Order: sequence, then C-alpha cells, then structure tokens
Amino acid sequence: MFRFASDQALYVDGPPEAMDLAAMSRIPGVVNLHPAYASVLVVFDPLRTGHRAVEQEILALPGRPLHLPRTHHYIPVRYDGPDLDAVAALHGLSRDEATALHAGAIYTVAFLGFAPGFAYLSGLPEALRTPRLATPRKVVPAGSVGIAGQQTGVYPLETPGGWQLIGHTDVRMFDVERTPMSLLQPGDRVSFEPV
Amino acid sequence: MRRVVVESPGLLATVQDLGRPGYGLQGVSRAGAADALALRIGNRLLRNAEGAAAIEMTLTGGRFVFPEGAEIALTGAAEGYSVQRIAPGETLRLGSFVHGARGYLCVRGGLAVPRIASSASTHLLSGLGGGPLRKGEVLPIGPAHGEIADGAAPMALRTYSKELRVTRGPQADWFDCDRFAQGEYEVSTESNRMGLRLTGEPIVSSHDGQMVTEGVALGAIQVPAGGQPILLFVDQQTTGGYPKIANVITADLPSVGQLRPRDRIRFQFVSPEEALAALRAQEALLACI
Repeated sequence: MFRFASDQALYVDGPPEAMDLAAMSRIPGVVNLHPAYASVLVVFDPLRTGHRAVEQEILALPGRPLHLPRTHHYIPVRYDGPDLDAVAALHGLSRDEATALHAGAIYTVAFLGFAPGFAYLSGLPEALRTPRLATPRKVVPAGSVGIAGQQTGVYPLETPGGWQLIGHTDVRMFDVERTPMSLLQPGDRVSFEPV
Repeated sequence: MRRVVVESPGLLATVQDLGRPGYGLQGVSRAGAADALALRIGNRLLRNAEGAAAIEMTLTGGRFVFPEGAEIALTGAAEGYSVQRIAPGETLRLGSFVHGARGYLCVRGGLAVPRIASSASTHLLSGLGGGPLRKGEVLPIGPAHGEIADGAAPMALRTYSKELRVTRGPQADWFDCDRFAQGEYEVSTESNRMGLRLTGEPIVSSHDGQMVTEGVALGAIQVPAGGQPILLFVDQQTTGGYPKIANVITADLPSVGQLRPRDRIRFQFVSPEEALAALRAQEALLACI
C-alpha cells in the first residue's frame, strides 16, 4: 500500500477517490498531497514526522471519504485544433465525426496534475484514443483542448505539451483570484459543447 | 514605509519565500526559494522570520536603490553572509555570480509584498505571486523587530556540493543504478526553476512496463525514453509519467539551486536514515545563527 518516494514523501497506492484526502491533509506534518490515477503522493515535513508515523496515521483513517457534491461543467469548444485532421484520419473519421464523438461523451475529472489547474479527464471514447505527439510542442496556448492515450483535457495556461490538440475554449480553467483556483475539481463531470 | 526600487533585475529576479505548499490538489507546485537554506540564513542574520520574502537573483545580481536606506544580508551566490547597512538613497550594485547560480537579497523587515495563499513566492508558470521583477518596480519593506545578529553563517552552510546525495527512486529497479552513480552529468542550458535537464551517457531502462502517471516529489530524477535525466525542481510539474530512478535528499536541494548551466555533477546513493541525519545536521548548524 505504501511506497517510498523521497526522504520527505511517500506514495499511498490505491484509487484516490476511495481515500479521505481532506483527513489525510490534516495529518500532523503533512504539507501537500498529489493525487493521480492510482496513487496519492503524500509530502511531509521530515523534521516533524516520518514515513512510519505518516503511514500509521493513514492506516488509522476511516476508509470512506465524505461524499462531495459534484458539478457538471459544460465547456464551449471551437473544434479547430491543429491536430484535429490527423486525429480524425488516424481513426478513419471525418472532422465532424471526430468532433461529435469528443463532444458526445461525458467525462470525469480523475485528478489535477502536471500544471496548475490541469485536469486529467477520463471517459474518452475508444475510437478517439490517440498517442501523444512524438515531439512535444514547446508552446501550447492556454485553452487548448487535447487528447492523449485514453485521456482528454484543457491546457489552463500556456505551457509545453505533447497532447494532440483538437480544439480551443475561452473558458478560464485556472484563476488565482478564484477559490478554488481550478474550475474543475476531482470527481466533477465535464461535457464539451461545439460552438 | 521603507522601499527597495529595482533599478535592474539582472537576468531574472523574483520574490521568493519558503513557498506555497498545500496546493497539490490544484496542480500547483510549492515554488519558493531555489536555495531555501540561503534564504533562511539571510533572514536569520537579520532576525526576520525565517520565511520572510526576499529577492532571488539568477546568475547575475541586479541594481537596487533604497530611498530610505535598509539593512540587508546577501546570501547564496551573492556571497555576503553578513549584515550590511545601506544609506538612504544608496544604490546596491551586484555583478555576475562566480560561484553558484542564485543569490538572495534579504532585507531587515522582509519584503511586504502581497501574499497569495499565505505565500509571496513567485510561481512563474501559473503567475501566482506576480512575474519576474521589472525595472522600476517598487517593493515595500516591512517593519523590523528585535536586534540584528552579530553572528555569521558557519562555513559548512555556505558550501555547496556537485556530488548530490540521492535515495532510490520509486522505479529504481527499472535501471542500472550503479551505472547511474558512476556517471557524470552536465547541467544543460535548458534548465530553470521547473527542472534541470541533464546530459550524459544515456540511462537505459531494462523494464518494458508502462508507467501510470503519478505524483512526483521535489528533487525527483525522472528518465524519459531517451535516457537523459530531468531533475524536477521547485516550480515542478506535480505529476509525471516517466519512471524515476532517484530522488535528491532534502539536505542537498540547496545545492541543486546553486547549479549553473554546464556544471558537471555526480550522484551518490544514500539510505533514508543517512538522508535524515544529513538534514538534522544542517538544521542544527542553522540554529546556531
């Protein structure tokens, strides 16, 4: 269940949605949590606590998390990304068919990672699963909608990136003035609406 | 209120403190001083709170004017390590750093800049805490408390290493760790606060398994398919899909902050117990200031 990550961090293996992250973040000495698909990285202050103590605290937590209300977000997208043609061609689809497939699915926010506000969305239709670009772009504009493997997502900020870009949205995914700063939160549902 | 005016920020200067932990759930990394030890030393010399905000300068110092005067401490690559008094209107001119990459300009009272989520740190990617300092920018200085220390920083805390101690990474089994520890790596010019790209003999994985994206710890050394490692640093991505061979120990993270492009570095594996002992020894020295 636990794996050593560094002298100030450890992994808790298992699906984050089955863990009480709020309670985990209140464990004395724990300073940060980084959930992903099948694990949570727990970062702690090594002068205040240690691997063994944090593990004991986690084992003592009740198993079931609070059931948080989930929001369903509808995000308008212009399907005009630079990789849309290549993605459609790879799967023997027209642009309109690829667009309809992407916009027809309901996605779930698995976790936020990589960059501020970047939500990994699961639920991409099998017919759209596409490998990452062989060479990542040095600059992906903020608002770009991309797909990679079996995941899709929106780049909240201008960053480098290797996902195939199929569209763009003007919705602000990350805003430091907002609480929480990220529009999408783990467990939320997401639909994309072509405009 | 006293002020510091940025007459020239040098190559890159940002406001930093000890960072903004606790936002991993939003995909935001900690940020904070690249050499947190140097920042803490400067603040201790000035009898500030250890995490008071200061200016982090990169590879070159800048030019700063103090219209009302100030007491300052220069640490890290800026190499003062004692309290200096700046007369009202005086200009502080700092040249290029000779040893190390990051210098800190700490002021008595700390920089009284706005804090976002309990930190003044600049996180360049997200824009949290503002961007790089610009010419003409004015930073207010907070009120000072207590007496200034007449002590100096122990030499051991001013000495940085190019042989970084690491613990085994979560996917260490995928690699020939002995070979990694025997190799020498050069810090690429494409290195910054997000990460340091290292070049050297490629590290080849013997594993054909697929990684599932997982969180990445500060100081993690991930190895992409090409075999050239990337050391994840203070403005790091928060999750990653590459296997991690090793992780720099907390006590040696300040040394990472002082690495310059083209520096040649090596890695030495230590046990978690040795890592903790090194950190405790460092903290004990720091407590003497």
